[in-house]
Amino acid sequence: MKGLPVLCLLLWTCAVYLVGIYLFVGGFLLVRLEVNRTSTCGDVLEPGEEPVDFCRARPRFRRAVVLIIDALKIDFARFDPSKSDPRPYENKLPVLEETLSSKPSQSRLYPFRADPPTTTMQRIKGFTTGSLPTFVDVGNNFASSAILEDNLIHQLGQMGKRVVFMGDDTWESLFPKKFHRSLPFPSFNVKDLHTVDNGILQHLYTTMVGDSWDVLVAHFLGVDHCGHRFGPDHPAMADKLTQMDRVIRSVIDRLQNDTLLVLMGDHGMTDTGDHGGESQKETDAALFLYSPSPIFPGPPSQMDPDVVPQTDLVPTLALLLGIPIPYSSVGQVLLPLFHPPGVAGGAVGGLSQLEALWINVKQVNRFLETYSGMAKDIAPESLSQLKEQFARISSDYLSSVREGRPPSAQLASSLQAYLTAVRDTCRATWARFNPLKMAAGLAILGFACLMCFVLSELSLPLIQEAGAGLKAPAAVALAAGASVAAAQLLTRGHAEAAWCLAAGAFCSELFFFWTARRLNAPAVLKNGTKAGKSGRWLTARRLLVPPLVVPLLRCASLLSDSYVIAEGRVVTFLLFSLALYIPIHLNWDGLLLPPSPDPLKTAGLLPSPALSPSTVRKESCALLACSGLLIGSLFLSLSFHGCREEQGLCQPSPFLSSLSRLQDSQIKNLHYILSVVSLGICTYLLRHCLCHYGNLNASGGAVFAARWVLPLLSVCLGLHWAVSATPEDSFRNLAELIRLAQLALPRAAFCLLGLGLGLIWLDPLTVFVKARAAGSARGAHLPPPRYRASTGISPQAELHHLIPQIYQRMRRSLEDGEPAGGGGEADGRPAVEAYGLGTVYSAPLLLFGGLLGIGLLLLHPEGMAASFLLLLLEMGALLYIHASSITLSGLQGAYSGGFNVPWTPVVLWSLAATQFFHATGHLPTFPSIQWSAAFVGFPNGHTGTIVPASLVTLNTFASHILFAVSCPLLLFWPLVCEVRGSRGGRGGGEDGEDAVMEMRLRENPQQFSSALLQLSTRYLFILGAQVFSSVCAAAILRRHLMVWKVFAPKLMFEASGFLMSCLFLLVGVTLVLRVDVAVGRWFKRLVPDASR
Amino acid sequence: MWDHEIRAMASTHAIIASSVFMATVLLAVFVPGFSVYGMHLLWIYAVSGAVTAVSVSVFWLLGISPPTKKHTLGYKLSRLFRSCLYFLLSCLFFHTVVVLYGAPLIESALETFSLSVLLTSLTTLRCLCVLGPHVQAWIRVFSRHGAMSVWDTALQITVACTLIGAWLGAFPIPLDWDRPWQVWPVSCSVGAMIGYLTGLVAAPAWIHYHRKHLTYKCK
Ligand SMILES: [Zn+2]
Ligand SMILES: [Zn+2]
Repeated sequence: MKGLPVLCLLLWTCAVYLVGIYLFVGGFLLVRLEVNRTSTCGDVLEPGEEPVDFCRARPRFRRAVVLIIDALKIDFARFDPSKSDPRPYENKLPVLEETLSSKPSQSRLYPFRADPPTTTMQRIKGFTTGSLPTFVDVGNNFASSAILEDNLIHQLGQMGKRVVFMGDDTWESLFPKKFHRSLPFPSFNVKDLHTVDNGILQHLYTTMVGDSWDVLVAHFLGVDHCGHRFGPDHPAMADKLTQMDRVIRSVIDRLQNDTLLVLMGDHGMTDTGDHGGESQKETDAALFLYSPSPIFPGPPSQMDPDVVPQTDLVPTLALLLGIPIPYSSVGQVLLPLFHPPGVAGGAVGGLSQLEALWINVKQVNRFLETYSGMAKDIAPESLSQLKEQFARISSDYLSSVREGRPPSAQLASSLQAYLTAVRDTCRATWARFNPLKMAAGLAILGFACLMCFVLSELSLPLIQEAGAGLKAPAAVALAAGASVAAAQLLTRGHAEAAWCLAAGAFCSELFFFWTARRLNAPAVLKNGTKAGKSGRWLTARRLLVPPLVVPLLRCASLLSDSYVIAEGRVVTFLLFSLALYIPIHLNWDGLLLPPSPDPLKTAGLLPSPALSPSTVRKESCALLACSGLLIGSLFLSLSFHGCREEQGLCQPSPFLSSLSRLQDSQIKNLHYILSVVSLGICTYLLRHCLCHYGNLNASGGAVFAARWVLPLLSVCLGLHWAVSATPEDSFRNLAELIRLAQLALPRAAFCLLGLGLGLIWLDPLTVFVKARAAGSARGAHLPPPRYRASTGISPQAELHHLIPQIYQRMRRSLEDGEPAGGGGEADGRPAVEAYGLGTVYSAPLLLFGGLLGIGLLLLHPEGMAASFLLLLLEMGALLYIHASSITLSGLQGAYSGGFNVPWTPVVLWSLAATQFFHATGHLPTFPSIQWSAAFVGFPNGHTGTIVPASLVTLNTFASHILFAVSCPLLLFWPLVCEVRGSRGGRGGGEDGEDAVMEMRLRENPQQFSSALLQLSTRYLFILGAQVFSSVCAAAILRRHLMVWKVFAPKLMFEASGFLMSCLFLLVGVTLVLRVDVAVGRWFKRLVPDASR
Repeated sequence: MWDHEIRAMASTHAIIASSVFMATVLLAVFVPGFSVYGMHLLWIYAVSGAVTAVSVSVFWLLGISPPTKKHTLGYKLSRLFRSCLYFLLSCLFFHTVVVLYGAPLIESALETFSLSVLLTSLTTLRCLCVLGPHVQAWIRVFSRHGAMSVWDTALQITVACTLIGAWLGAFPIPLDWDRPWQVWPVSCSVGAMIGYLTGLVAAPAWIHYHRKHLTYKCK
């Protein structure tokens, strides 16, 4: 068997997929490191000898009211009296215009430009920290969304200011326990336009009149929800904006002289009322500043900016209220709010423009230094440029202060230029989708899927002329990558790895298609019947069969947020539909029932004598029973699902909480017993299966693993559950022992797992050859005389004769009862009995998967044992359904696909992987990650991050891993089950067509390789199509309300799951190849002895 | 070849379809405040009843049902009894399947059962009418070469359309549109009904266009 080409082709396919995902994610998910340092009043940001603590200076304003109207677009705030027939959202806030014209030195209206992603949570983060939050702010713990970076609310609290908050409950989750008083209202239901707003209005005015606050934050959601529900161009929006107009009026009436009013939107909205992206309609919100006392020198002038970036609010508010600017802010103070040089501000207090700018510049420079020390994502050349600029202006400023002369006019503008440059650099790094990368990633992924499909169709010709079809794409990929790297180095001085990889992947894909076309032509010519078939690949009839419709529906379901939220049930539904389809389809083809004794159907039409009604009936019953088992386990697995927060009335599975959390001891015992029993059944089933096919007789490493490591591992697991479930205080005198056991048991389990897997890898053969007659072990292998005559021919030909001989012996020994009983032969011929040869490939794989499964169960809550049992049962049911349907087709001569695995079982297999992702209590959301997995065996925490991260990954993708590893079983199982069909059917007839189980694979090594390649690529195709469609969902719906809540997390989980599946599929395939090599050696050892 | 039978089938189907419409219209006229969504169970039972009554009488009058060998009263009675039993069992079977598909187990069990009654009266009842209470024959009919008359082919088509309609009807349920027809089991029963009506129209049409290729073994 040609193992290497299979492995290389698979590796290359996986690599191409991963390059596509990497490219897309690099353009879509912007990542930024969080700096968790905070500014304090002691920071020396002022020039001069002794540090001036500016916190103690009198601030410009004592109090501030911050009104946030979610999605208050700048168009809503502008007023155009000339419009005779305004649209529903126009001219609905006349209060702003009236104030602006009557009190020009007290109020300003600016467009307020948000940075993408323009979603509420990221925006709140943005205008409280002053930074540019991305989707993934590394350093943030995923489990809670609390802001850990330095921010305005934190600084206000540090200074003893009382912050009162009311409105959108997102704030409460971002700033838990940071407010003096907090009145959050539920924000989740987009259809609810009034709850939040009315809740605020009940408390806003009474709070404002009182004196128990310094900063009041009120976040209204009605406008945003109205946009999502009806769009801006709807009468409901007019009503909502008119209500806001009244609110603003009342707030302005109640303001006092020392109070600043900040009215703003967090982002805009598109014409359909959505937001999240980076078009100007989404980014441009309104910012309205007002104070009862004059704050601006006069009416709007040249000095006023056209647009205020959202980051600028943070330093401005901080300096106006007299608190330090938050550490990670990259904003720039809003100059019109500070005194121009020359005008003394002593009367009202506060900083001059230049002072404010200087403090700002120092703070930004400090942040930039800290950040560039931590992360390397800012381009080095722009960093050095900024450093140079800072050195120049700081020396300018300091010398002018030291000499006491008025600073030059350019200084202010160069300070501003520096701040702008820093912000632009940061924005280029963090806050911009990279559409080019996204498109390239999409293209590569799409082609990779297509490539997988072509590979699976052309697996046989590819294997037949392996090597030639493989080296060329690799060379092309390398050449393309290197040339792109060289081009980048020449033009820009540095090369970006992503583009080199992209070029390599893309070129190799194109080259593959070119090769495939060439390969396809002879394949078609050789086989006349196939020519017609492959020509009509894409006809509706071929595409509308359920095995392809179901994955298509599955991919389509990833494009809708409702379906992603209900994914667990959707996948179960589809799986169930496909499971029902198999028997119905078989019945439609007339294969399920034995053919009726029909006068028209003459005996000549019957395909083979094997077709006896009892055989068919037996197979059909097995098939139906397995379908029942599959459906039953599908139904039961629904009770292990967790709940997303979007699913309102959902109750998470009681099995998800660990035993130690249960209070009632009776329920606890019940759960424990259930878990242990499930674990026991799992272990028993695995052992029984191996025993049944005679794989437990040998003495190799794999058999040792099956005999001893597997049960020991289960015992370890059961004890570990018992120990970890004991309450802390029940056995006081045994506390030390319990603690030791909590540490030692899981670690022992890990070691056992490692030992077992290693042993299987080192010695995967589970074949036991037994000599019956002679005393000498070697001599007994002598084949019967008729084969001994062939001593003269080559060992290769000898193999061909010898192998069937061994099968026959083995089969006979199987027939005489269980292998342990041994098969004696009456006629005294020397008997060779090779136990377990028929399952030589599947046994190690099964054992490997079983050990891995029990190991992964260790990382889950105890109650999940039952779910893992269901997983095992479902896997078995799927395998037997597949085997039975192949046998049924084969019995009536309808199936002639060699070893090829048809689409239906592969689709079922991949759907089951997703289904058990949900049925083991996981969800594609970050809060649902089971972090406790990281502490199994490490109850005192970790020092590094690699071990906990890999433990959590293994826990999260357990079902992907198990199904990927055991995927090759789909290829073996019809062969394993072959013996059942022949036993009943042929009644012990011994012609050449005998039951040889998996040894058939050794007889046709090329078909074996091609079937293995085809199976793996089909599996990869289905998984890849799912990744592709979730990538499409993220790309197309990047403006969707739910993109950061549903689609982006789904994309990340899907991509990581795909990565794990690839990895473990490769492990499974490699194990099969390893077994093949071992079997080859075993035969080589056998042949020379035998022929001598 | 079977022009006569196709014509008979088309008129039978027209009668059955009109009975569905009549049931709905009568409900709308005589029950104040009636709507298919608002009083869904009433609609289901009315339609099921109408289809059952009309199908049984039409098929009995036409004499499609397989000829009984014995004509004793006892045999006929046992046949009737077995048909009723199969009807009930089929309701339970559909109920189980629908629950396994993900319908709530305990709450709204009545709704689920009503849906299964509807499905039974649209599919199993026809099997009973055409093939009599023989499960073997039912299974045999749903294979490629299992149809033995035009009526068997029509049975295949209507049953498949009804079940596919009900299956497709489940698709809008998870969507967050909050429409009245997304409530369980409205979309499924409406889907099944639409599928059934489609099947009624499609069966004679399909048979008419494929009459050249259809060959049946004699019974
Ligand atoms: Zn918002
Ligand atoms: Zn919104």
